[in-house]
Amino acid sequence: MAIDIRAPIGLLFLILGGLLIVYGAATHFSNPSMYARSLGININIWWGLVMVGFGAGMYYYGARGARAKATTTE
Amino acid sequence: MNSSLAWIDYSIIIIYFAFVLGIGFALKRYMKTSSDFLLSGRSIPAWVAGLAFISANLGAQEVIGMAASGAKYGLATAHFYWLGAIPAMAFVGIFMMPFYYGSRARSVPEYLRLRFDEKTRALNAISFALMTIMSSGISMYAMALLIENLHIFDAPIEALGLPKSWVFHLSILVSALITLGYVYLGGLTSAIYNEVLQFFLIVAGFFPLVWLGLQNVGGWQGLVAGAPEGFTQVWRGMTSAETSPFGVEVFGLAMGLGFVLSFAYWCTDFLVVQRAMAADSMSAARRTPLIAAFPKMIFPFLVIVPGIIAVALPTPTTDATAAAGEVVTEAQAMGRGIIPAKVNAAGEVQYDTDGKPVLDYDLAIPNMLIHYFPTGMLGLGLTALLASFMSGMAGNITAFNTVWTFDIYQAYIKPQASDKHYLWMGHFATFFGTAISIAAAYVAMSFNNIMDLLQLVFAFVNAPLLATFLLGMFWKRASAHGAFYGLLSGFGAAIIHHGLTLPKGATVGVKGGWIQVLEVYRTEMAQNFWAAIYAWTACFVVTIVVSLITKPHKDEELVGLVYSLTPHTVDEHPVWYKRPAALGVVVVAAAIALNVIFR
Repeated sequence: MAIDIRAPIGLLFLILGGLLIVYGAATHFSNPSMYARSLGININIWWGLVMVGFGAGMYYYGARGARAKATTTE
Repeated sequence: MNSSLAWIDYSIIIIYFAFVLGIGFALKRYMKTSSDFLLSGRSIPAWVAGLAFISANLGAQEVIGMAASGAKYGLATAHFYWLGAIPAMAFVGIFMMPFYYGSRARSVPEYLRLRFDEKTRALNAISFALMTIMSSGISMYAMALLIENLHIFDAPIEALGLPKSWVFHLSILVSALITLGYVYLGGLTSAIYNEVLQFFLIVAGFFPLVWLGLQNVGGWQGLVAGAPEGFTQVWRGMTSAETSPFGVEVFGLAMGLGFVLSFAYWCTDFLVVQRAMAADSMSAARRTPLIAAFPKMIFPFLVIVPGIIAVALPTPTTDATAAAGEVVTEAQAMGRGIIPAKVNAAGEVQYDTDGKPVLDYDLAIPNMLIHYFPTGMLGLGLTALLASFMSGMAGNITAFNTVWTFDIYQAYIKPQASDKHYLWMGHFATFFGTAISIAAAYVAMSFNNIMDLLQLVFAFVNAPLLATFLLGMFWKRASAHGAFYGLLSGFGAAIIHHGLTLPKGATVGVKGGWIQVLEVYRTEMAQNFWAAIYAWTACFVVTIVVSLITKPHKDEELVGLVYSLTPHTVDEHPVWYKRPAALGVVVVAAAIALNVIFR
């Protein structure tokens, strides 16, 4: 198969993580009471960062893997 | 309770839907033959097959059920993993995969035809196809019920001018149609690739839940202190049926769950074995269950621990639960836990015979999500739930369409058609399999007893099959008649056992005892474990006896199918972690270590 699943997984995590960071930052000062349930931790920002980090790694290796596969099959 | 969804939550869910469908579209152009569509053309790398292997099993029922069991019994639930699944996964990878993969069979029933005969295969193919599609429906029902009980979609559904009951209908329809969409487009490859994506999403959705929960209760030590006594130990009280949380002593546990039920599922169920059979080489196929065993070992912390946290966490206000039924359970009165009381369809709280409210453990996970996740993360948590449901359903559908097309349609209805025709049939089976699943979900909704009955039947079907496979693969004398009548005797033994026994407190009927009550088990789980033990033993003994008095297969017919007649695959890979046997040793040692640490 010519697709390397790591690339779309990486992309999905980059997008979702990015969304969470932006949303978390936007609500951090405007609506801090929202984070009472997550023990006062802005879990949107923190977990968004983790997801972006993971997504970037997956995307990097996925894109590299797809390139390697494309050259070997040609 | 003030949990509401905002645009961000909907965006996360919709982006997820777009990705799973996108993967289906990207793979569509590779689906040229029935083998591409139904078997992935044997092209999947080991790590992808490995993650798909556990993800396909990680349906909504597994996530909800394991957390519910964690809330009810504590960490003892981890026996399903550390005593059950892990040794079975090591066994199937090291000892059984050479015959599944090496025989070039396209499915588990087809292996039975090669090894035994047509009637044994027909029995297995038909019972498996029925079971798979029905359990897909039951899982769908469980998920829709859960989403309905969360009440977070009530407002948007009302805003659309639809009655509240549509939350249930739409949950079923939308998730079934999207799963159908990506399987229809990209076949097994699409299901497997999406299962990997869903695996990471499930982890991403549940890990922060466990982390926040543990912060809240004061770490692992806090959890030990806050949970009921012994809830964080796996082996506590297991020495006798009286003190064991499952109501079964060590022998029943090790033999019933550890051996029969777990090995029967992980070693013979085509739903999981199919993932390994799609791997790109024999070595990859053998490593598939072993790679899967590593995350599987950690899963108790992801799916069982949230259930324990749900009974242990301090609740200064009983906001989340009291609002729903205005009933404060005993634990909540003491300021702990968010497991609500069970309410019936009319909204009345259910009480047990002692007058205490019956707890609805299935709501452990959803209530945890609402309790800890703010808008944003809540969307991700819901997406994780949907992902678990969809991976389980896609697993069922892809196993069904393959068995239907190759083992029922090609075998008995239209044997000599072109490959194009079978490719078409694979697509069509995907479609009508989904339709039957949806119908089964509504049947489960209207008749709750049917659901109990079906789950019972499934237990009867799987347990004896393990004896058939063990004898078939490791004893060349096992004959076709032996296998067939052994299987029938196994089912028979399970049914008779059910008719003669009853779990404590149950009434005679679906729960058992309809012949005569000879034995009362402390729990339903004990009854199931023992039913499995009797079914397996009956099949094992009858298969041996009948085999000895009937004609065996010739040795040359069994090459590649039986251990003693197959050249042994020596996997001497230079790196140890690419050698199945070495991996197997590590996996089993790790499982033993976990059992010791959390004893």
